[in-house]
Amino acid sequence: MTELEGIYTIWLRENKRFVRYRSRILTSVVTPLLWLLIFGTGLGSAVRFGGVVGGYKTFIYPGIIGQTILFTAVFSGVSVIIDRQYGFLKEILVAPISRPAIVFGKALGISTTALIQGLILLLLSFVVGIQMTIEIFLQSAVVILLISLGLAGLGLLIASFTDSMEGFNLILSFIVLPIFLLSGALFPVTNLPSWLQIAVYLDPLTYGVDALRAIILKTSVLPLYLSVAIVSLFTILMVLTSAFIFSRREQELM
Amino acid sequence: MEYIIETKDITKKFDDFTAVDSVNLKIPTNSVYGVLGPNGAGKTTLISMLCTILRPTHGSATVNGYDIVKNPKEVRASIGIVFQSRALDDILTGREHLEMHAALYGVPKDLREKRLEEVLDLIALGSKVDEFVKTYSGGMKRRLEIGRGLIHHPKVLFLDEPTLGLDPQTRESIWEYIQRLNQEEEVTVLMTTHYMEEADKLCDEVAIINQGNIITADSPSNLKRELKADTITIRVDKAEEFLERAKSLAFVKDIFEADSEIKIMVERGDYLVPEIVNFANQHNIFVNSIELEHPNLEDVFLKYTGRTIGEGGR
Repeated sequence: MTELEGIYTIWLRENKRFVRYRSRILTSVVTPLLWLLIFGTGLGSAVRFGGVVGGYKTFIYPGIIGQTILFTAVFSGVSVIIDRQYGFLKEILVAPISRPAIVFGKALGISTTALIQGLILLLLSFVVGIQMTIEIFLQSAVVILLISLGLAGLGLLIASFTDSMEGFNLILSFIVLPIFLLSGALFPVTNLPSWLQIAVYLDPLTYGVDALRAIILKTSVLPLYLSVAIVSLFTILMVLTSAFIFSRREQELM
Repeated sequence: MEYIIETKDITKKFDDFTAVDSVNLKIPTNSVYGVLGPNGAGKTTLISMLCTILRPTHGSATVNGYDIVKNPKEVRASIGIVFQSRALDDILTGREHLEMHAALYGVPKDLREKRLEEVLDLIALGSKVDEFVKTYSGGMKRRLEIGRGLIHHPKVLFLDEPTLGLDPQTRESIWEYIQRLNQEEEVTVLMTTHYMEEADKLCDEVAIINQGNIITADSPSNLKRELKADTITIRVDKAEEFLERAKSLAFVKDIFEADSEIKIMVERGDYLVPEIVNFANQHNIFVNSIELEHPNLEDVFLKYTGRTIGEGGR
């Protein structure tokens, strides 16, 4: 009971923080819109793209949702480093609550904020000419929640091995950007050179984007159930690993 | 329980450096206990081990009857902590901090409102309690942290340098608050400080720590009485010679040089100042200044370590 309440408490803080930093909400909607409207329209005019009805802009729409979730989830996870620098993590870690509960609360809180952003983007689907239905909306929400939980777990895992925000650029260049670029958010993953193909299929976000594409655009490389299964596996692995690492490294984290 | 905290040869080493060296402490239940020492003496390391933040290299300790290594969760449930550095979230309100803490420490839901009111009464944040912490002054933040540490009715409250960096006025109010707390609540307070005045004013018992070792522990009044002495601080032109000659004076209990001053421990110093000046004159030693002090904890510290607390640990 106290464990559940602990999870809820940490979840609540994460959401309060998100709602109160208004600039964060604004950028989380404006950035993807810039991608869709400028990059999508721009590149869409330059290349002939016959893959989907609606053209390139429509094709990258699920990918841009994936990107938004990726940045939010990983960086919110990594923000534990800031909590640590401000001593707030210590306050939470000395509470009589289990380490996994702390990780679950944090990951659930982050994925909730990512979900809110994802839902806003789903509601803006008319921008790229997609008709939103309740069915698409709900199915997408499930996938968004799943993948963002896993990515939050990844962020927390990175944070538990990082001492200061100086590593932030490294995390951006070596983890977040590759995950984004390799996910097939911006290009079809079929017909790639084999070295790139392998990298693409090692990227967990590839399956998230593919699942979203299956739901929203009714076109995908893998069957929906398979993508969802792989995403689920990734998520379980990430959350459990970071829960384990937090328990193991608790002394270093405090 | 007579002693709420007992440590047995508790030691913490960081590589080659021994921060806390076989410390044995017994902290009486419901006392205000001070760990006094310069920066770097090992105060925070000691307290961190008792809070389960650091694992001791060897030795052991019990807090509220629980072993800090074997039962960390029970220890955590028994204690409240106010860290030396701030541990607040700017974007939450004071009330939210208290609610969050109560939830994390498993305060039953039906009791929460009452506890919150209790604490708010004590820390007197007024209407500020519903504003974001980033708008608080240093003293308000400190009071909030202390209040937060109390909301789950801990048996022991750890305060690590509670008034560090606060202005004198705020410091006074925090002191009053700690005193009131100890009188009104069933809580033992273990605090670290490097302010002599703070230890003297607040603590029932003080342990003096230096370079990881407890040098002595007793009540401030006993520690001072043990010195059996007022301190006469004298600056003369020929320090060496004066030191040699003055040693033979019958009323001198102890005499030593510190910071290019000579300190003479005597009883009933008021009567002896003229005598000492005369004595110096007789031997053609010129007295630059002479000062009489009744003992304080600074002198206790000086006596045991050979230096003042401000000079730092290492």
